[in-house]
Amino acid sequence: MLYLDNSATTQPYPEVISTFSKVTEVYFANPSSVHKLGSEAESLLNQSRKQVANLLGVHEQEVIFTSGGTEGNNLAIKGAALANKHKGRHIITSVVEHPSVLESFKQLEQVHDFDVTYLPVDENGIVSIERMKKEIREDTILVSIMHVNNEVGTIQPVTEIGQLITQYPKALFHVDNVQGITKVPLDLKKANIHLCTISGHKFHGLNGTGALFVRTGVDLLPLFSGGLQELQLRSGTESLAGNVAFAKALRMASERAEEQSSTMKNTFTKLKRELMNIDGVIVNTPQENTAPHIINFSVPSVKAEVLIHYLGERNIFVSTTSACSSRRKAISTTLLAMNKHQDVAKSAIRVSLSIDQNEEIINPFIKTLSKGIEKLSKVMR
Amino acid sequence: MKFDHILIRFGEISTKGRNRRKFIDRLKNNVRDVLTDFPNLEYQGTRDRLYIHLHNEDHEVIVERLKNIFGIQSFSLAIKCKSDISEIKEMALKAVNSVFQPYDTFKVTTKRADKQFPLDTNELNYQIGSHVLINTEDLTVDVKNPKINLRVEVRKEATYLTCYDFKGAGGLPVGSGGKAMLLLSGGIDSPVAGFLTLKRGVELEVIHFFSPPYTSERAKQKVIDLARELTAFGGKIKLHIVPFTAIQEKIQEQVPENYTMTSTRRMMLKIADKLREKQQALALITGESLGQVASQTLESMVAINDVTSTPIIRPLITMDKLEIIEISKSIGTHDISIRPYEDCCTIFTPANPKTKPKLEKVSRFESFVDFDELVSQSLNKVETIVITKEQKEKFDNLL
Repeated sequence: MLYLDNSATTQPYPEVISTFSKVTEVYFANPSSVHKLGSEAESLLNQSRKQVANLLGVHEQEVIFTSGGTEGNNLAIKGAALANKHKGRHIITSVVEHPSVLESFKQLEQVHDFDVTYLPVDENGIVSIERMKKEIREDTILVSIMHVNNEVGTIQPVTEIGQLITQYPKALFHVDNVQGITKVPLDLKKANIHLCTISGHKFHGLNGTGALFVRTGVDLLPLFSGGLQELQLRSGTESLAGNVAFAKALRMASERAEEQSSTMKNTFTKLKRELMNIDGVIVNTPQENTAPHIINFSVPSVKAEVLIHYLGERNIFVSTTSACSSRRKAISTTLLAMNKHQDVAKSAIRVSLSIDQNEEIINPFIKTLSKGIEKLSKVMR
Repeated sequence: MKFDHILIRFGEISTKGRNRRKFIDRLKNNVRDVLTDFPNLEYQGTRDRLYIHLHNEDHEVIVERLKNIFGIQSFSLAIKCKSDISEIKEMALKAVNSVFQPYDTFKVTTKRADKQFPLDTNELNYQIGSHVLINTEDLTVDVKNPKINLRVEVRKEATYLTCYDFKGAGGLPVGSGGKAMLLLSGGIDSPVAGFLTLKRGVELEVIHFFSPPYTSERAKQKVIDLARELTAFGGKIKLHIVPFTAIQEKIQEQVPENYTMTSTRRMMLKIADKLREKQQALALITGESLGQVASQTLESMVAINDVTSTPIIRPLITMDKLEIIEISKSIGTHDISIRPYEDCCTIFTPANPKTKPKLEKVSRFESFVDFDELVSQSLNKVETIVITKEQKEKFDNLL
């Protein structure tokens, strides 16, 4: 099997699964319980939080465990906008954000009467700072820009955006770092980030685990009301096993990233070069300033879905654009926003690597893909 | 840009006479202790400065740690270059570039120790300043109140540039003032008292009274966590956990209710003093603040303090609660202190404790029990743990 859909989800590390099952078995008590078993569960929860905080370079009380990227983005965006609406009603995001961000903004716009600016991107998928400077206003209370684009891998200039936002004291800065974490370094403090979303299953953790960084002093309206867990921002009995497994996955992935980032970059560069050499393939991921794990390309002569099934029959797994929107059969809005042709946007395929994959994957993938393109384009023409 | 050394300025040490050497050596050792994980650093102490040669180590982490070390007034990132105007200009630009954030302001302050140098101070200021200004964006000059003050010292052998002053923690180097025992309950006050005593150069050991099942493991963990926060200022700390249940139960049984609190404090002080003697410390430290609770009135203090003639340091004695809370927040102990678990001071609190207890009365109530025997039994069962900054955590195997 050749699994090349790591931006959709990754295979959990066996060590992470074993932590999950061990914690479920032994430390099943409710961390809020007064008794000794509860106390142990609580201190395990605290230690996990501390580990996540250390890995992110932030304080313990700034880490909220969530169920993943969608929850993190929703809590950050709706929570920040609704808690701060008395300061202003203008909020900014970009057109290439993940649906969990875009839909949150739409809801704020349609249900809560916020004034939303959707920033365009250039042909490389990058948000323009100049445009941001023009659009940001005194009553802007929230800016949400992703770090790494989930479809094409473009890295947004979040540090520069963060610097700009320091000039607007009412504005909070949220970064969706679901695709970037452990792949592209980001200093949350330097980039003046107030809120940052990460998700466990993108770095070999489990689905349903994640965290939101909430900088000290930032007000959020909780999405769930209840028992005051997670600094009163996310009530509900903690998923202790999930949170511990998340902390472990983050540690392991960060350590591996340190060891293997050059291997990954190398694999990425070579794979991209090979793809460019195949007739009929257009590589959509820009040449520069991209994450080392996502390559997006189009084969306009073949329907993307057909190509994916062809590869799938040969045990190679890739996806059309993002997994989250592929079911809707919509054209990639990211690629359209990058001013790509309709045919290109319609036939996009995303290959996403894991940190543990090296050059060995290139040959089998390229061979099968070329064969597939050759065969299918004959038939489909 | 890589800075090549950090320049540390002493605070009060500078006023010391013949003991100065001892203070400086102690400070040097303390600095070394918190930077042990940087083996490449080289330390050089002079009469009124301490230099750390970085040898390519990352300055950011080092800066953060230095901020907590008592005995340091201020410190700066510094770099050395040839006394040559074009080289100075280039270094100045690099130095500013590495610290400035958009919209910062700056100025240049030159000292020309080498009077042979062809340019005078004004010209140097002007040339260096304009070079930096031309080659940066979103940086402006403010000679009155700049965010960045680039200091250039032109000497014969070399030129030194420093461009960012960090405020030090002040005070005296921990350990230069002997050792004392801190009574740590888990509340907000006692860690602050510990911090303020550390600041005056005193080394700490910590005593905690543990009364299971009335107080829980969570309360004990709280004290361990508090002690760990204090290690940021004083290196490793010994924590003595004193089993106190039997004594507290005996007091409840023997002493009239409104005097139990007074007796409890007296026993704590007795035990603490014995431990102090054993550990060869010179004083006891408490978080008492005048009038805060019944045990902290002058009358109470007379009755409680009667059990020992050892000096008791009470750094918070005249402070208001809000002032104490503010310090506890700034040293990172507040959030730990407010965890809501019962501790040795909150259990068995009588409804109407005596705010003006009589010494004769409390002595008489206690005279019917051999408390000394109980005290020595409890002392025999003291558990001592050494708290370091990086403690091996319990659940490391799962994480």
